[in-house]
Amino acid sequence: MTQHIYLTILLPLLGFLVNGIFGPKIKNEKLIGIIGSGSIGLSFIISVISFFETLNLPVDKRQTIVTLFPWINVGNLNINFSYQVDQLSLVMALLVTGVGFIIHVYSIGYMHGDKAFWRFFSYLNLFIFAMMNLILADNFVLLFLGWEGVGLCSYLLIGFWYDRKFEKSTTADAGKKAFIVNRIGDFGFLVGMFLIFMTFGSLNFNDVFNRASIFNVSEGVFSLIAISLFIGATGKSAQIPLFVWLPDAMAGPTPVSALIHAATMVTAGVYMVARCSVLFASAPAVLIVVAVIGILTAIVAASIGLVQNDIKKVLAYSTISQLGYMFLGLGAGAFGAGIFHVMTHAFFKALLFLGAGSVIHAMHEEQDIQRYGGLKKFMPVTSKTFIIAALAISGIPPLSGFFSKDEILWYTYANGLWFLWVIGVITAMLTAFYMFRLYTLTFEGKSRFGSDKHPHESPKVMTIPLIILAVLSVIGGLIGIPEIFSGEHGNRFHNWLSPIFKQAERKMIIFGTHSHFEEIALMTISVVGAAAAIWFARHIYLNRPSIAENLSRKFRLTYNLLLNKYFVDEAYDYTIVNPIVKGSTSFLWKIADNKIIDGTVNGLAKVVAIISVYSRKLQTGLAQFYAIIMVLGITLALFWIILSR
Amino acid sequence: MLNSLQDLYHIIPLLIVSGGILVSIIVEMYSKDSEKILFALSILVFGAAGLFSLYSVNNVSILFNGMLATGGNVNVFSFIFNIGAFIVTLLSADYIRKYGTYYGEYYIILQSSVLGMMLMAGAKDLFIIFIGLELMSISFYVLAGLNRKRYNANEASLKYFLLGAFATGFIVYGIGLIYGTAQTTSIDILTVRFPQLTGNLLFLAGVLLFLVGFTFKIAAFPFHMWVPDVYQGSPTVVAGLFSTGGKAAAFSAILVTLAALFNGNVGSLFTPYLIFVSALSMIYGSIVAISQDDIKRMLAYSSISHAGYLAIGLAAGNSEGTAGIIFYLAAYSFMNLGAFGIVALIEGENETNLSIASYAGLAKRNPALAALLSIFMFSLSGIPPFAGFFGKYYVFFAAIKSGLTWLALIGILSSVISVYFYLRIVVLMYFKDQGEEVIPSKSAMGMVGVVLSAILVVLLGVFPGSIINLISSFL
Repeated sequence: MTQHIYLTILLPLLGFLVNGIFGPKIKNEKLIGIIGSGSIGLSFIISVISFFETLNLPVDKRQTIVTLFPWINVGNLNINFSYQVDQLSLVMALLVTGVGFIIHVYSIGYMHGDKAFWRFFSYLNLFIFAMMNLILADNFVLLFLGWEGVGLCSYLLIGFWYDRKFEKSTTADAGKKAFIVNRIGDFGFLVGMFLIFMTFGSLNFNDVFNRASIFNVSEGVFSLIAISLFIGATGKSAQIPLFVWLPDAMAGPTPVSALIHAATMVTAGVYMVARCSVLFASAPAVLIVVAVIGILTAIVAASIGLVQNDIKKVLAYSTISQLGYMFLGLGAGAFGAGIFHVMTHAFFKALLFLGAGSVIHAMHEEQDIQRYGGLKKFMPVTSKTFIIAALAISGIPPLSGFFSKDEILWYTYANGLWFLWVIGVITAMLTAFYMFRLYTLTFEGKSRFGSDKHPHESPKVMTIPLIILAVLSVIGGLIGIPEIFSGEHGNRFHNWLSPIFKQAERKMIIFGTHSHFEEIALMTISVVGAAAAIWFARHIYLNRPSIAENLSRKFRLTYNLLLNKYFVDEAYDYTIVNPIVKGSTSFLWKIADNKIIDGTVNGLAKVVAIISVYSRKLQTGLAQFYAIIMVLGITLALFWIILSR
Repeated sequence: MLNSLQDLYHIIPLLIVSGGILVSIIVEMYSKDSEKILFALSILVFGAAGLFSLYSVNNVSILFNGMLATGGNVNVFSFIFNIGAFIVTLLSADYIRKYGTYYGEYYIILQSSVLGMMLMAGAKDLFIIFIGLELMSISFYVLAGLNRKRYNANEASLKYFLLGAFATGFIVYGIGLIYGTAQTTSIDILTVRFPQLTGNLLFLAGVLLFLVGFTFKIAAFPFHMWVPDVYQGSPTVVAGLFSTGGKAAAFSAILVTLAALFNGNVGSLFTPYLIFVSALSMIYGSIVAISQDDIKRMLAYSSISHAGYLAIGLAAGNSEGTAGIIFYLAAYSFMNLGAFGIVALIEGENETNLSIASYAGLAKRNPALAALLSIFMFSLSGIPPFAGFFGKYYVFFAAIKSGLTWLALIGILSSVISVYFYLRIVVLMYFKDQGEEVIPSKSAMGMVGVVLSAILVVLLGVFPGSIINLISSFL
């Protein structure tokens, strides 16, 4: 089946085409849903079979390249449509198709009755198609095709309800913002690609990574390449300074937020950096930048998350914050740990979003957590699964989030970045706090909504996906139990991925040895911190809401700063967006474009049109005249050949 | 003459079409319901011959004492001709009825013209080229004027015949001079002896006359004057065949004969002529197309400028150029047939609705047709990811590789100009309200033909690498 991995890409494409073309004619929601989720389900099955096939191969033969057809052949540039099945892409493929399938099924319930049901499923399938291209590509160009494709789908799905208002503007504007901010990152990625081709003469992963170890390339060039690629990653994975689009992306339907803006697409940047680990490992300075940007993003986003009142906004900032952790892991050289967190995060964050969707569904599109409360008794399944996810993200053992987050923090510390470790632990406490603030305000305490709302548990098609994800959030971390607990075999997930990062690790300084005691001590600190934060959150929001009010009054300035998201959007508008808009209207548009360019073009066009009108008169319609012209032509040609001898 | 049964196997596509012609004649004579039978038969013949050509593309061989080649790019050409004719047949199903009385000869002559094209592509001897050329040309003259009751058709047919015969005269004269100086008509022998023969002025004059004759057939400047009048007067689907199959066949013949120039590295001898033809065709075609109001005349001038782009590949004179031409011809055939097919669907009774204004607001009335025509227009103007873009790309690439960067630049400029008249149709369809009520005729077969063209245009645009690799592997 590994040889037929392209089916995992073709099936979603097929689903997209069928639902996209015939969707409006198929009136039956069930059929559309089955086509949409069925194609992803089959892809998941194929991925699982390929995974076990690969697992049975010897470790050094676990990379399979499946070439479909040559794509671009120009000079030295040879790009094929070929897919690379290996340990890393398989993990991602399982994740995308698996979580994707669950969310597709959930969407059948969530989108029930929407007038563009078919359009939703066709876009979702197109997204999976693009995402699978991104993760299975064996070269940068095909990866970029997927990279742009997921960006497009993200845009289409954020603006899916294009006729609805979103905050001060429309969902379409939110879509545009996401797209434009992503384009800025894409520019960096493109530059990185050009530099790679210039330096290594190829864009094929295997070639580039092998040559990166062999070629004598200065660290400066490596740094330039790595930083360019990282700029691309900050766009797609919502890191400082390009994180501003992700909160607005919540304008889309909630399953979209779960699938694209939490579980899969936003981790593309993490995947890309991990894939290019050799290039990053060759540029130690950039690795530090990655780690610092990651932890800064983590704590900034977590602090904003403390005070937001929109349930999806809180989760959005939490996503940004968790992505920051992943980059911290990558920056600390723990590429495997970063991918591990991608996986566990996909489980619990998808669960959180789907749970939020279930709540929003029950509360008739109300998203303000101050108007929830006491939903536990109406929605038993949603509330139970939600608390599991909240515990997982807070890093409470033995849930999945604990293992991955702890591994990242441990590597950060072990690699000598103890200061970043401190911030990491503080962020973990903030995370635990805002998650339980969210949980408590939503599900516990007294109801704060009007009598017009009649909350109810969601249908089975929505709750079963929640239960599956909850199970995964609980046990998902067990494949990555650290060595100190699991003994000789070590961390299974780590062992599985380690061949991918071997080249990178050879280039890096070996970690200093640390005792098990240190590891356990650090672990205890972060767990105790998180547990304290949980207790504190519940204490405040369940028993003493006045504490929160007092705090916000006392630290009015800080509170406003956080509530307004550090005024980053406003700062961007003021320093970048407005000057560009003004400059382009007053000069580029009115003078450069209208006068200079249009003037030249229109002038030339007029000249061409005049020539055209005159030369058409040659066409007299007389056959004799035509023959004369032919004779003239032949005579000229003959004279030329005689004279040129 | 047959060496073995193996030879028969190699010429199966030719046998299919020849057999088709004979069976069609008998059916036409004895059957009362011949129209439907002949339609089905033509579909079968073209489909079978086209697919078999593709299937046996790797069986390269020379047959009949070095007179005919099969396999390789000969079969690629054969595929283009037959699938092109397949689409034309689909388009004809309802069109010829709308256009005028149905004549039984129509499908028979269509098949014989394709047989002529296939002979030209496979020829290894100047005489075979000539036989193929005449078979195709005479069929074309008849197809142009098949409807004797129409004044326009008669004019087109007669003009085409007079000027075509004039051009053929030059070709024969050229062959005569070549034979007189080289004492052979075999292209392989000519190829070997070409370097010595270049000193002989009469031989060069012969090659030049031969080239000039074919410059007429590919509809390039300054031998293009017949094109707009003939396309306008002929039935639309037939004009589609002239502009695609006819042009492709003429190019295949030029490639076959000029192989001598390319391989012998003496290609530079005729390069100035080819550059002249190429540059002026591109510019003239694009510029004059702008001021056309009739869509068929516009497509005629577009066809002239495409002859210019294709001639860039000839002027480049390297194997990239040859591969580029073949790819371009495939792309051009399908996109142009698609465009002509939609024109045929829009056309009303008595050749009405042929003005460009008839396309205003089409997107509202018939979104499917408008979308398809947009694909063809985008492809014709060379916008990725459609086939037309890669066709241009490959010939421009070949020109740059052989140092003719400025010719490629002229090509790019001319493409820019051409965007104006191609996209004007798209703008009219999508952004203008309809003037008069134009209702496209309903033709299921016609739609199948147009959709098939669109699929091929998209496929060639998505998989250009595989196809160009296939073509190059035979060079």
